[in-house]
Amino acid sequence: MSFEYAPAPESRSVVTIESSYGLFIDGDFVDPASGAYFKTINPATEEVLAEISEANDVDVDRAVTAARRAYERTWSKLSGRERAKYLFRIARLIQERSRELAVLETLDNGKPIREARDVDLPLVAAHFFYYAGWADKLDHAGLGPNPRALGVAAQVIPWNFPLLMLSWKIAPALAAGNTVVLKPAETTSLTALWFADICRQADLPAGVVNIVTGGGETGRALVEHGDVNKIAFTGSTQVGRAIAAAAAGTSKKLTLELGGKAANIIFDDAPIDQAIEGIVSGIFFNQGHVCCAGSRLLVQENVHDEVLAALKQRLTTLRLGDPMDKNTDIGAINSSEQLGRITELANAGDSEGAIRWSPACDLPDRGFWYPPTVFTGVTQAHRIAREEIFGPVLSVLTFRTPAEAVEKANNTPYGLSAGIWTEKGSRILQMAQQLRAGVVWANTFNRFDPTSPFGGYKESGYGREGGRPGLLAYLTTGAER
Amino acid sequence: MSERIDVRRTAKLFIAGAFPRSESGRTYEVNDHLGAFVANAALASRKDARDAVVAARAAFPKWSAATAYNRGQVLYRVAELLEGRVEQFVSEVRAAEGVTAKRATAQVTAAIDRWVWYAGWADKYAQVVGSSNPVAGPYFNFSVPEPTGVVAILAPQESSLLGLVSTLAPVLASGNAAVVVAARLMPLPAVSLTEVLATSDVPAGVVNLLTGSADEIGPWLASHAAVNAIDLAGADEDLAIILEREAAGTLKRVLRPTREDWKTDPGLQRLSQWVEIKTVWHPIGG
Repeated sequence: MSFEYAPAPESRSVVTIESSYGLFIDGDFVDPASGAYFKTINPATEEVLAEISEANDVDVDRAVTAARRAYERTWSKLSGRERAKYLFRIARLIQERSRELAVLETLDNGKPIREARDVDLPLVAAHFFYYAGWADKLDHAGLGPNPRALGVAAQVIPWNFPLLMLSWKIAPALAAGNTVVLKPAETTSLTALWFADICRQADLPAGVVNIVTGGGETGRALVEHGDVNKIAFTGSTQVGRAIAAAAAGTSKKLTLELGGKAANIIFDDAPIDQAIEGIVSGIFFNQGHVCCAGSRLLVQENVHDEVLAALKQRLTTLRLGDPMDKNTDIGAINSSEQLGRITELANAGDSEGAIRWSPACDLPDRGFWYPPTVFTGVTQAHRIAREEIFGPVLSVLTFRTPAEAVEKANNTPYGLSAGIWTEKGSRILQMAQQLRAGVVWANTFNRFDPTSPFGGYKESGYGREGGRPGLLAYLTTGAER
Repeated sequence: MSERIDVRRTAKLFIAGAFPRSESGRTYEVNDHLGAFVANAALASRKDARDAVVAARAAFPKWSAATAYNRGQVLYRVAELLEGRVEQFVSEVRAAEGVTAKRATAQVTAAIDRWVWYAGWADKYAQVVGSSNPVAGPYFNFSVPEPTGVVAILAPQESSLLGLVSTLAPVLASGNAAVVVAARLMPLPAVSLTEVLATSDVPAGVVNLLTGSADEIGPWLASHAAVNAIDLAGADEDLAIILEREAAGTLKRVLRPTREDWKTDPGLQRLSQWVEIKTVWHPIGG
């Protein structure tokens, strides 16, 4: 027996989207020198939402110049106490406008409104609130007295959590006394442009935050600009490598938060019902567009069948469809390019001999969609066990002993996150010690908090965001300069 | 009566706790600061570098899993053994660097004290850089620093012992394994240090020493997938750029060369450079 849900759509009347947007430079929206624009669409409907400016070298240079001027004339002269109050204002403005921002995020990104509303937006406000309080306490951050800001930070963020990634970048940078030029992802610029309006409402001095929109070339121009002191990038490992190589020979400080291929490890004594929820949120949260997604499920062999049966049963209850519907669990894939990548890798799973399963589910006619997918019979050599899919595709492998689980979990160039499910405390702590990953979730998964450092081992990048380490990434001691 | 002819030492590499010659069979001439011949040092090759990485990789699990108390004692024991060889190191540093006995003594004793400083940090730095995080929810959440893995060190070219110790000890204190390329023109204090390490309690493979050219060996270490991080202290400006680019291929943690006065208080900078912050979450509830 199944229950039909009545539609419960969130209203989009809370946002008014203009037909086109300029770049936010030095406190004003300006037309791009490039004269070029690109369209941003709603991935759930393919409806064009707005035209977005494509910044070129000249635009990026204007933005960096504005950030430098603001750093030297205004922001670095302001006391930490005053900087803090601007950030507290921004946190409050985000709370006040969170419904509007959540709707906008869902329209532009395709994620379920329930997630934008209940996960993204509360975390965005919390991030600003947390780092606001650091601004006048930098002497206590662990670098000794009078640590200094780096200067102008170039920040490039991905499309999976657009406003949340913005907050992870901008909040600590401003708290530490830097000014920023931020480039949102090409497919999800809108909430960053709304954030520019929040900066205006907060009376943030002109040039402290600049938003340049565009694609990969815009990002390259920004991180390679000679007058930036810090690069913070979240995105693919491939682009991260190119940025690290380009920064060689400069004095730019780098923070890179890159790909992942996390193992979510289920022991036979795990609380199975809770573990199933953790597996689902681990890989199907945000359509699997999560760098720390639990994309490799490692199940102890003797409970494999039981776990898979329960998991499949649970997946049949997930609701895929209109992201604006408050009952939707799985939204749209962010772009046709991403859908192509997911499809290609999943097809490689078929051709390499893994067994595919998806619940019966109707995909909408328009927009970009991929059903929740589980591959069993996966070996460590399969591409779907090695490469980041960044979609709702789970690869299931088995193990017999804790040592084998560690061996398999660590058998990847990545090292961003991992999950452990067992009722045995000593085993949790031993596994947590041996897993080479920056975040380990035990009997939970995909939890985030501004006080909790986040970032990878190995080729998942370096540096941490969140907590005190996230602040240190934007500071230097006097001696280091 | 004729003067006694002294017994010279063959300067060799230090890999996996053993003292091999270079597999390439090559050596190079090491002179003192006046240009007089002192010894032939092994001219390490790509193969030697790879052997050293394999040895470091193999030693890493056990060394990183040793208790912090144990690592602290092992580092302290290095200081103990060095203390008994002050004369030898003073004469080697003098020959290499051409400094006065007073300055050489100051460097050697500073190097010994540096081991003691880092020995003490082994069981304390996690308390200083780690944290318990007050997340907004019913979760126990803590962050701890862990060693990043195998660290390649291009030892400073201008400070044959103190510079070397100042780069090596922080790598070891947090539980990393090291592959060190000694200062090219003055490798002998480094070779002598490995002879101390071999008879201390540092497990085989935790420290590996290559003598020779950073220009030649550096790129192999910077691009090696089993090396997690690289300290470019001993690279000149051009080499540093080349190696940082190479290191980007595997996203190594890179410490760029800076002007350092090795005599000053090192602070936590180098110690913090070679650790990863790991954060663990667990729900709170019945």
